[in-house]
This record gives sequence, structure tokens and C-alpha cells, in this order.
Amino acid sequence: MSDSPSVPLTTADGVPLKVSLRRAVRRSKVKAFLLVSPLLLFLVVAFVMPIFDMLWRSVDNPEVSTHLSRTVASLEGWDGESLPDEAVFAALVEDLREGQEVRNLGLLSSRLNYEKSGMRSTISRTARRLGRIEPPYREALIEINDTWGELDTWKLIRREASPYTPSYYLAAVDRQLTPDGELAKVPAHLEIHVSLFWRTFWMSAVITGLTLLLGYPVAFLLANLPLRHSNLLMILVLLPFWTSLLVRTTTWIAILQSQGVLNDMMVAIGVIADEARWQMIHNKTGTIIAMTHILLPFMILPLYSVMKTIPPSYMRAARSLGGRPFLSFRRVYFPLTIPGIAAGAILVFILSIGYYITPALVGGQSGRFITNYIAYHMQTSLNWGLAAAIASILLFVVVAFYLVFNRLVGVDKVKLG
Amino acid sequence: MKQREVISRKGRLGIAIAVAGVTTLGLTATAQAQQTLNIVSWGGAYSMSQQRAYHEPWMEMSGDEIVNIDRSGNALAGLRAQSQAGNVTWDLVDMLPADAMIACAEGLIEPLDHDELLADAPDGTPPSEDFVDGALGECFVASIVYSNIVAFNTEMFPEDNQPSTIADVFDLENFPGKRTLMRKPINNLEWALVADGVAPEDVYDVLETEEGIQRAFAKLDTIKDEVIWWEEGAQPPQLLADQEVAFASAYNGRIFNAMVTEDQPFEIIWDAQVFELDGWVVPTGRLDKVRDYLRFATDTQRLADQAQYISYGPARESSSAMVSTHAETGIEMTEHMPTYGPNFATAIQKDDEFWADYNDELTQRFDAWLAQ
Amino acid sequence: MALPSYATRGERIWHYVFLGLCALIFLFLVGPLLIIIPLSFNAEPYFTFSEAMLRLDPAGYSLRWYQDFFTSSAWLHAIKNSFIIGIASTILATVLGTIAALGLSSRHMPARGAIMALLISPMIVPLIISAAAMFFFFSKINLAQTYPGVILAHTALGIPFVVITVTATLSSFDTTLIRAAHSLGANPTRTFFKVVLPLVTPGVVSGALFAFITSFDEVVVVLFIAGPEQRTMPIQMWSGIREQISPTILAVATLLVLLSMLLLTTLELLRRRGERLRGLSPG
Repeated sequence: MSDSPSVPLTTADGVPLKVSLRRAVRRSKVKAFLLVSPLLLFLVVAFVMPIFDMLWRSVDNPEVSTHLSRTVASLEGWDGESLPDEAVFAALVEDLREGQEVRNLGLLSSRLNYEKSGMRSTISRTARRLGRIEPPYREALIEINDTWGELDTWKLIRREASPYTPSYYLAAVDRQLTPDGELAKVPAHLEIHVSLFWRTFWMSAVITGLTLLLGYPVAFLLANLPLRHSNLLMILVLLPFWTSLLVRTTTWIAILQSQGVLNDMMVAIGVIADEARWQMIHNKTGTIIAMTHILLPFMILPLYSVMKTIPPSYMRAARSLGGRPFLSFRRVYFPLTIPGIAAGAILVFILSIGYYITPALVGGQSGRFITNYIAYHMQTSLNWGLAAAIASILLFVVVAFYLVFNRLVGVDKVKLG
Repeated sequence: MKQREVISRKGRLGIAIAVAGVTTLGLTATAQAQQTLNIVSWGGAYSMSQQRAYHEPWMEMSGDEIVNIDRSGNALAGLRAQSQAGNVTWDLVDMLPADAMIACAEGLIEPLDHDELLADAPDGTPPSEDFVDGALGECFVASIVYSNIVAFNTEMFPEDNQPSTIADVFDLENFPGKRTLMRKPINNLEWALVADGVAPEDVYDVLETEEGIQRAFAKLDTIKDEVIWWEEGAQPPQLLADQEVAFASAYNGRIFNAMVTEDQPFEIIWDAQVFELDGWVVPTGRLDKVRDYLRFATDTQRLADQAQYISYGPARESSSAMVSTHAETGIEMTEHMPTYGPNFATAIQKDDEFWADYNDELTQRFDAWLAQ
Repeated sequence: MALPSYATRGERIWHYVFLGLCALIFLFLVGPLLIIIPLSFNAEPYFTFSEAMLRLDPAGYSLRWYQDFFTSSAWLHAIKNSFIIGIASTILATVLGTIAALGLSSRHMPARGAIMALLISPMIVPLIISAAAMFFFFSKINLAQTYPGVILAHTALGIPFVVITVTATLSSFDTTLIRAAHSLGANPTRTFFKVVLPLVTPGVVSGALFAFITSFDEVVVVLFIAGPEQRTMPIQMWSGIREQISPTILAVATLLVLLSMLLLTTLELLRRRGERLRGLSPG
């Protein structure tokens, strides 16, 4: 730029052009941001804050430290080798008395019962008899319930006095802390969550594989037909995409159940006997069939949009250079579709591992996903901390795949219909 | 005071001529502003029986409006969420005593002074003596005794070989066929132990030991392959009617309904029935609003009336004597009640404290066992 | 996809096998949706074709399940709720989403990628997680079990669809048209209404349709954060399927399939119109 004029270019009002341009850019930056900000603000309140609240809940542990504050304070100097002294027991009695009065011992006893079954009744029985006991409290409490005479009980209270806990995450991966604070597996007969995570992942992988297997030929056909025909066929792909998820699940129940359309047909044409109807629903098969159907459009659409960009002349060139049809397909066409495969597969996989409705309705016992356990802990067992921890783990997995997807495809390139 | 005046004046005018207790109550309510009560219950035939026995007479008498909300299945979660939000919209909730214990300990529901709050029996017996054992909890007042039983379809077994005990349910050799059981450890563990030879009264002592739990699961293992697990109360009668299963565990009222109103060939095995109470709790802060209704809906006559619509036993001794016939079919109800002598001989009372302590752990263990 | 004239016999066979395969896959896609339509006219309370139906005997068919549906106060209340919630959240999502899309399509938008990823995230985060999180948070701020709560939740879920469709429309939008309008003396407002809006409308409308169907079809969030008052149609279906599956559900399903056909047709027409306006297709 050596020959640029020494006098800087100016705009009509005498401001140097560079400055003026910079100003204009800044102004349009601000303008663009202002346009986006109402939506950002809205999403922060309606979506982002709830998510962070859930993450926080998965480690939040206020019960012991607030409801047993005196006990916790007096446990401070305890050596953990022998039973705590009278002062600690007296503090416990005082804490429980207060809790009984304002009636908020329920959350505390639920919290401790998650860690040690039986604590719920230990606390409620003790609280009920508080009116009748006299010092020395140590003997009195142990007489009411010998759980108070166990070292492990006190170690548990001391450990859970911390305002944050890893317990829910540990429980979500079938681990626990021993009374001495060491990490251990839960007993084999209580292991459930890890196997459910794996089942969710591998069934989603199977579903992804199946949608690819079925979606690839269809996308290929759509991309290579004249537009007039492909538009018509595209409607067949979009119709299920636009139809209510519950409707699609219902139809599979109607088709697959043992008194359903498919079994009736098979019996009518004599393929199977009336007593030997196929069990195709309320198990893995049901979940896989229904979800493959539901997610198939999510595979076809990205594949189609990639295949559409591959000029047909490539294949013709490969053929004319002497490649056999299969070879030219494998060496030339297929590699070009890999971005579409990646996009479709990640999309289907992400959607699949988060599905709740379909596995809940057609999954039965063996076709259940980890999402069904989130709902179970939310609504039935009411262990909200554990629900939040399982949901957070699932969220981390989804976000990881989402970032990969974003890197590979770019979310803004997602096309809808 | 104003209210009292109204009542006495009306009394003097001689408008009210009916039984003193009920009438006074009715007038008290009429004198108050008419209100809407949001009452949470289980839905289906059960809500219908409450509607006929309690709600309709009350609405007619007081002019209140009653809204039925079918949320008892998730009542504890609902109460927690509402109280956390500081926005309690429910006035009265029908729930199980185990949930009521938890809700009470969390301060979600009101403690109740039963003798002050509830009506005496017609002969003057105070509520604390008139209600059956366990019916009055700190925050809970039971209205019915219901039972978890196993029923079978009589058409699926030869006439000379019909099952009759809980052990028969676990006997695949003599009584082949699918079974449907609730997808929860509750009841199934109790039954497995009884079928394995444990006396009904010892069931919970045995279940408190690790060997006992293992023994129960081992017994369940013997029929696991033949079991379809249900989750909604409407499923078992359906499966039994379609002959998809030979045996089904269910609430006795649902089976009774299918037997009398749909003429289904079902039979109930009363052996080792696990009976339980069900009744009312009042969300914190709502006691004054529902006080009169609660007194009305738990009096002797109302509980006896409810038994005309559903085969659940009244929770008051004084009502049991008044149980008569089914409202639609005229069937004598007494022998269909869980509390009827012969039915009750080997009954197990569900131990709420045991399940409050071990439900989380045993449910997880049960799910892990199912997944094996 | 015609066969080239130099195709061998093997290729011909493969070609027809391939077409047959594709036909089967299309059948798999659409068949289940079509099969419930006749089933919903079953006179018997079963989920399968009765013999009378197969004989095409008129006695085998009836409208009883439709009658059930249209006379049930529970269903009618649910439909009303679905429309109230669906329309309110669609309006909110469309307004917020369209304004944001205008900003996002500016060349000078700072941190565009990150913001876009955030705006799309409600579509990616599994519904059960959003539902649990919203349940916890909305309970705290008194929004659980209220209409505004459900509407806000559905708005959040519908926003990604509006943002995606409108930004896609804007990215193919020729900005010289705006400059042309300016240079011909139109003020910005006039330019917006006379030039920008007509060209963007198809994108906005299809985004709105997406947002509406998202809300209209949503079960999980409503299941967690709605009270009995806000019971929507999908919730009614959900509990129907779980408890006692009656053919009324099939009647509802049929109506919903028809609705989605209607929406799809609208979208297709919009897309064609959009392409014609922008001169992308011969029309």
C-alpha cells in the first residue's frame, strides 16, 4: 500500500473514511445484537436458568447441614473411632425437637434414607419419643433405636453435613461412598443405572444403523429422480415427520400388539398359529421398530441434501473410466456422502438417546431407556437429586455430540423439510 | 356469632326438621359463602363411588361445588411441587397412609385432632375408638380398607382343579399359564414368602433380613418367565378378561367391578390378601376450608353408603354393620369386603413403616432383578 | 433415475430390485399412518380389522369413536387447551424468533456461532431433561401448573424452528433489493413492509407452523409442569394409551394425520411461492 495517498480518504462530513466505516460496523453490530437480545433474554429465563438450576440441584445437599446444624457443629471435634460423646447426642435431641415442632424432619429423613435404608423410621420413631426421654441422652437414644449406637450412622451424618454432595452422581453410576468415605460399587443386586445407560446407547446405535440402512437408498433415489417426481415422493417422507409422535407410536401399538393387525394377518394366512402370536411390543423389538420409523426422516433429510449436491456426472465419469458399477459407487459416490451420513447419524443418535415417550409406551421391561428412570425418580420415588444427576449426565453426553455435530455440519445448516 | 344467630333463627322458624347433627352442619355451610373444593382422588370407579356417596349429597346440602382432580397417583410429588411454589391449589387429597406419613413429616399436610374434628358414631363412640386400627394417622384419616389380591379367570382351569391359595399362584405345574403382577416389589415379596411357607404374620420380620429378601426373590424367580408386569390399575382386569393371563394381581374393587358389572368369570383368592387403608389428608393451610366437608365425608353413614358403589370396606366399625347391597345390581356386599371374616383369616396388613424405609432400595433391587 | 442405455442385464435386475426396496421403505414410512384411518371406523372396540370390515360390510363400520371424541368434555377441554397454548406460544416464538433472525443474518452479528448454538439448543436437549429442569425452576417462581408456565415452556421449544427457517430465508435474501428500494426513495419502514416482508413471509409462516406443531404435539413438558387445568390433547392421548387403549384414540390419531397433511400442503405451497418470488424456480 505504498502508493496510497498521504491524505486519508474522508467522507462528505470530513470524518476519515476508516473511522466512519468502523463506526458504521459498530453501529450495525449493536443493532444486530439488540435485535437478538429479547430472544436471548427470554431463553435465558425460560431455558438456560432451569438447566443450571437442575445442574445445581444434582449436587445441592442442604438437608443435614440445616436440619441438624447443632449436631453437625458438635461433631466437629469427633475422632470417628468411638461413639460421639453425650454433647453430640444432646445436640441431636435438640435438633430433632426443633424439627418435630416445625415439622420439617421429612426431607432430612428422606435424604439420609437414600444413603442408608432404615434411617427414615429411625428418625421418625426417635422424634416421636422425644417427649419422654431424659438425659443421659446417649443411652436413651440408643435404647429407642440402636442405629444411634452405630459408628456408621455418625460418619454418615458428618459426611453429608457438607453443603454439596457427589452422592447423587455416584448413585447415578451405581457407585457409593462407604462409611469411611471410600468409593465403592453398590452391591450387584442394586446395579441398575449403568446397564440402562449402556442399553440406551446401544439401542440408539442400532436404531441409528437401521435408519441409515433404510434411509440411504431412499435419499439416493430422491436425489437422483427428476425434481417433479422427487417432490412427490418427498411428501411421503415429510408426512410422518409432520405427524404427531403419539399418533405414530399409537399406530405401532395397533399394528404390533399380539391382537394387532400384523399378528392377525399372520394368523389368517397361516404363517403362525393362533396360540403362538409374535410378541413384538412391550420389549426391545417394539422400541426399535417404532423409533426407527419415527426417526427415519431425520436421517433421510440430511442425506438427501448432501446427495443433491453431488453431480451425477461423477458417477458417469467413473463408469466411463472403466469402473464397475459397485466399485464406482464405493470409491466415488459413497465417500462424497460421508458428511451426510455423519450429520444424519449424529442427529438421529442424539434424538434417540433422549426419547422418553416411545420407550415408555412400547418398551415394556426390556425396551426401557434411562430417560424412563429420570421420569421415575421425578414422579414416583421423588428422589429429585438423583433425577437431576442422571439427567445431567445424559445432558453432558448430548452436548458433547451436539458440539461434534456443530463442528461437522453447523447447526445453522440444519434444514427443516 | 352472626352464623350462630342465623342458625338459631332458622331453627326457631322450624325450617329444618331433620336429624339434628347433619342439619346443623348443613346450615352452617349454607350460611357460609358457597365455595369450590378441589378434591384430589384416584379417578375411575373409585372417584365415582366418592362422587355418589359424599360429593353429591354434600353439594346438594351446602351449595358448594366440588371439582374432582385425578392425581392421587402422583399426589406426594404434586403436594411438594405446590408447596415449594407456594401455590397450593388442592383442598383435600385422597392418599395412601405411607405417603401421608412422608407428607406429614415434611409439613406438607395438617396434623389432625381426630376426636375434635370428626363425627362420633351414632351411638356416641368417639372416632378414636370407632375407626379400625391404623386408620387414624398423625395427619391422616382413613375412609376405606382396600386390598391387593390375586384373581383368576375360572374358565382357564378345569372345574375340579381351581386355585385357592397364594401358593397356587406360584405353582406352574398344577396351574399353568401367564400371570400378571404389579411392577413393584410391594405385595409380590410378601406373597412370595407366604407361598414359600412363611406365616402371614411373620412376613415383615423375615423381609427385614437379607436372607428373607433373597428367599422372596428366589421364589419369584420360579415364575419370572411367566409374568407380565402391569403398571396401570386398569390393565389386570383387561388382561384377565382377554385370557392373556390366568392370574392377575389387582385391587379387589376393580376385580369386583368386572365380576358384577361386566359378568366376567373371575374369582378372587383372598388367601394372603395384603390389605391397606386409604383416606384423606388436608394440605397445610386448608383445614378451615374443608373442616365441615371432612366431618361429613367421614361420618358413619357416608362410609357405609360408599360400600354400595365399590367393594372396599369402610374404615369405621360402626359403618361396617350398615353395609348393605350394591346400588346397581342389588348384590349383597358383605361377603365381597376384604374385612369379611372368611376373607380376612390369612390377611396381611401392609407395613407402612417397613415400606417407607425400604421401598427405594427394594424397588431398585426389584428393577435390577427384572433386568437380569 | 432412468437407466442408461449401456446398462447390463445385471444392472437392470439390480435397478428393479432397488426400486422395489425403496417402495417397501416408503410403505414402512407411510403405511402405519394410513392403516389407522380405516381402523378408526371400526364398529367394534378392537384395534384390528374385524371380519365385517374385511367383507366391506357397512355394519362393520361406524362413527361411534368420533362421536365419543366430539361429545367428551375431557377431550373438548383438551383440544381447547391445546389451541390456546399452541397459538399463544406460536405468536411469542414467531415474534421473538423473527426479530432475532433479522439480527442474526446481519454480517456484523458478534459471536454469531455461539449465539446460534444457544438458540437452537432447546431442540437438541432431550425433552425429558428440559421438562425436569423447567419443573424444578418453574416451581420455584410460581409458574408450574399455570397457563403462562406451559406457554413459556412451549415458546422456548418452538423458537429454534422459527430461528432456523427465518434465517434460512434471509440468507437467500438478496440485500441489493433493499438498497434498490432505498435508492428509489422508499423510507426504511416502507421498504420493510413492501419489500422485505413479502419475501420473508413464507419463511416466517413456515417457522410459525413448525412452532405450532411442536407445541401441539408436545407431551413430556406438559406432563411435568402442567396442572390438571392445562391438560392438553397429547396428555389426554398419553393417559388414554397407558390406561385403557380405546379406539377413540385412533379417531383422534386420524384427525391429527389429516391435520398434518393440511399443514404439509400449506408448507409446500409456501415453499413454491417463496421460490417463485425469489426467482429460484420457474414456478
